Amino acid sequence: MPVSQYPEGDYRAPVDVLAPGHTYRSITDKLASVVLSKQTPFTWFLVFLVAFMFLQGLLISLTYLLVRGVGIWGNNQPVGWAFPIINFVWWIGIGHAGTLISAILLLFKQDWRTSINRFAEAMTLFAVACAAIFPLFHTGRPWLALYWLLPYPNAMSLWPNFRSPLIWDVFAVGTYGSVSLLFWFIGLIPDLASFRDKAEHPVLKRVYGVLALGWRGSARHWYRYEHAYLLLAGLSTPLVLSVHTIVSFDFSVSVLPGWHATIFPPYFVAGAIYAGFAMVLTLVIPIRAMFKLHDFITLRHIDNMAKVMLVTGLVVVYGYACELFFGWYSANPFERFMLLNRTMVGPYAWTYWMLLLCNFLVPQLMWSKRMRRNLLAVFVVSMFVNVGMWLERFVIIVTSLHRDFLPSSWEMFYPTIWDFMTFFGTIGLFVSLMFLFVRVLPLISIFEVRTLLPDATPKDSSSEGGSH
Amino acid sequence: MAHAATSDAGLYGLLAEFETPRTLMDAVHAVHRAGYTDTDAFSPYPIHGLAEALGFKDRRISTLVLLGGITGAVAGYGLQYWTSVFAYPLNIGGRPLHSWVSFIPPTFEMTILFAAFTAGISMVALNGLPRPHHPVFNSERFERASQDRFFLVIEATDAKFQVDETRAFLAGLGASSVEALDE
Repeated sequence: MPVSQYPEGDYRAPVDVLAPGHTYRSITDKLASVVLSKQTPFTWFLVFLVAFMFLQGLLISLTYLLVRGVGIWGNNQPVGWAFPIINFVWWIGIGHAGTLISAILLLFKQDWRTSINRFAEAMTLFAVACAAIFPLFHTGRPWLALYWLLPYPNAMSLWPNFRSPLIWDVFAVGTYGSVSLLFWFIGLIPDLASFRDKAEHPVLKRVYGVLALGWRGSARHWYRYEHAYLLLAGLSTPLVLSVHTIVSFDFSVSVLPGWHATIFPPYFVAGAIYAGFAMVLTLVIPIRAMFKLHDFITLRHIDNMAKVMLVTGLVVVYGYACELFFGWYSANPFERFMLLNRTMVGPYAWTYWMLLLCNFLVPQLMWSKRMRRNLLAVFVVSMFVNVGMWLERFVIIVTSLHRDFLPSSWEMFYPTIWDFMTFFGTIGLFVSLMFLFVRVLPLISIFEVRTLLPDATPKDSSSEGGSH
Repeated sequence: MAHAATSDAGLYGLLAEFETPRTLMDAVHAVHRAGYTDTDAFSPYPIHGLAEALGFKDRRISTLVLLGGITGAVAGYGLQYWTSVFAYPLNIGGRPLHSWVSFIPPTFEMTILFAAFTAGISMVALNGLPRPHHPVFNSERFERASQDRFFLVIEATDAKFQVDETRAFLAGLGASSVEALDE
C-alpha cells in the first residue's frame, strides 16, 4: 500500500480492512472471547432488557389478535393492506443487505465483506422471521393459512391459485428464508469447530462439537467447502434480486393507480438494499463499541457501507422521480389524481415530504468523507433511512388505497395501539434475537478473517523458478 | 499395504505440525513428490492450492447442483401445471388454465431452492460428515488445527509408509513436531 500523505488519525487517511499486528492466534482468541468469555457487557443487558420488554408486547398483541380477530387493527375498507403489509415489506427489505453482503460481494471479491457478512446474514434470518409474522397473522386465522398458502394434498382437494402474486410471494420468501439459513449454517461450521476446540466447559464443548458436525479442517473438505460456498453465493445472488421483485409484484400486478408501474421491481430491490445497509449500520456501530471490535470492523467498513447506502438511496430517489413522471405521462386521470393526492392535496401528503426528508435529503450528508467516518453522523443518517423506508411503504400502500375509484368508498386509515404494539414488538423480537446471537455464536466469520492475514495464501512453490 | 500392517498394528499414521502456511505448503509438495498418496493436510482456514497439491480434484458438486436445479424446476413447474390444469381447474378472469407466464416465479424459486440445498447437503455428505470422531482428534495438539496451526498426516495404509523413515522425512520438512496417531 502506498504511504499515505495524511498523518495517522486524520479522517482522510486510508484504513485497512483488518488492523495491523494480528496473528492467527490473536484473531481466534479475540473473536472467540466475545462468546466464550463469562463477562457480558452491562450495555448488552440493558439493550436486551428493553428489547425483551417490547417482545412481550408482541406476544400480548398477537394473543389479543387471535382472541378478537383482525378488527383490533386499524385496517378497513378500502385500506385492507395497512400496517401488516407495510411492516412485512419493510422487514423483508432489511434482510436483503445480508444476502447482498455475503453473496454478491463475495462474487465481486470484496475483502471488506468478511468481517460483516456473518452478522448481516443473521440479520437477514431474523428480519425474515419478523416479516413472516405479518402476512401470517394478517390472514386472521394462521392455523388455516397452511392450506391457503402451501400446495399440499388436503382432504378438501383444494390447491392454491398459482396465477396470483401472493402465492409467488410464499415461494419467494420461503425459499429465501431456507436458503439464507443454509448459507448461514454452512458458513458457521468451521467457526463452530474453533469454538469446540477452544471452549473449556464440557457441555459447551459438546454442544459446539455436535453443531460443527466433526469438522476437522481437512484440505479436501475445504476444497469442497469453498466449491459449495461459491455455488451457494452464485445461487443466492439471483435469489435475493428475485425476492423483492416478487414482493413488488404483489403491488404492480394489480390495477391500482400508484401500484401498477413497471419501475417497481428494480425500485423495490434498490430500496431493500438501502434499508438493509442502514439497518446493518444501525446495529454494527453499537455492537462494535460494546464488544471492542474496532480491529475487525474498521472505519473502512463503515465508510464503504455508507457509500453503498448513498448510491442505493439515489437509485430509490430515481424511482420516486419515475413514479411522478409515469403518473403525469400516462395522462390517466386516476393516475394524475393519485399523484396530486399523494404529494399535495391529500391528508397523507405530509408523509410523502417526510419520506423525501428521510430518504433523499438527509443521506446526502454521506457525500462527505468526514461525515462517513463520523460514527455518530452515520448512525443518525442510518436511523433516518430506517424511518424513511418505513414511510415509503406507508406512502405506497396507504395513500394508494385510501382514495378508491369511487369517492363514496373513500376512507381514512388510523392505526390503533395494537398496530403499533405489534410493529414495535417485532423490533423487540429482532433486537432480542440479534443480541442473543452475538452472545452465543461467532458474530464475525473467524476463519474468513484469518485469510486476510498477509501470509495466509502462500504462492505455489512448484511454480517458482519457472519461466517469466 | 502389506508391510505397513504387520509392524504398526493400531497405528493410524503420523501427524506433523507446522507453524506457518508456507512450510505446510512446501511440505505437502515434498510429500507428494516423494510418492506418498494416503495423505491429508489440515488448516484453520481454506488455503488455495493445498488440496490440488495433495493431488486432489473433485468437481462432482457442480454436476449434483445442476441436477438438483433441474429437478427443482421440473418439480415446481409440474406441480403448478398439474394442480392448475388437472387437479383443481379454476377460471380466473378468463385466463388459460395453463398460464405458463404466471408459473415462472415459483418455478424459478423452486430451482434455486433445490440447487442450493443440493450444494449444501452434497458438500457435507461428500466430506463424510457428520463424523463425530476421527483419529486425528486423538492428538492433543490437533485442537489448534481449528485455531492457528497447520497439520499434515501420512496414513499407515500408504504403500511407502515406514514409521521411522517417514517420521524422519516429516521432521526434515520443517515440522515443529511429529507424533504417531492411534487408530
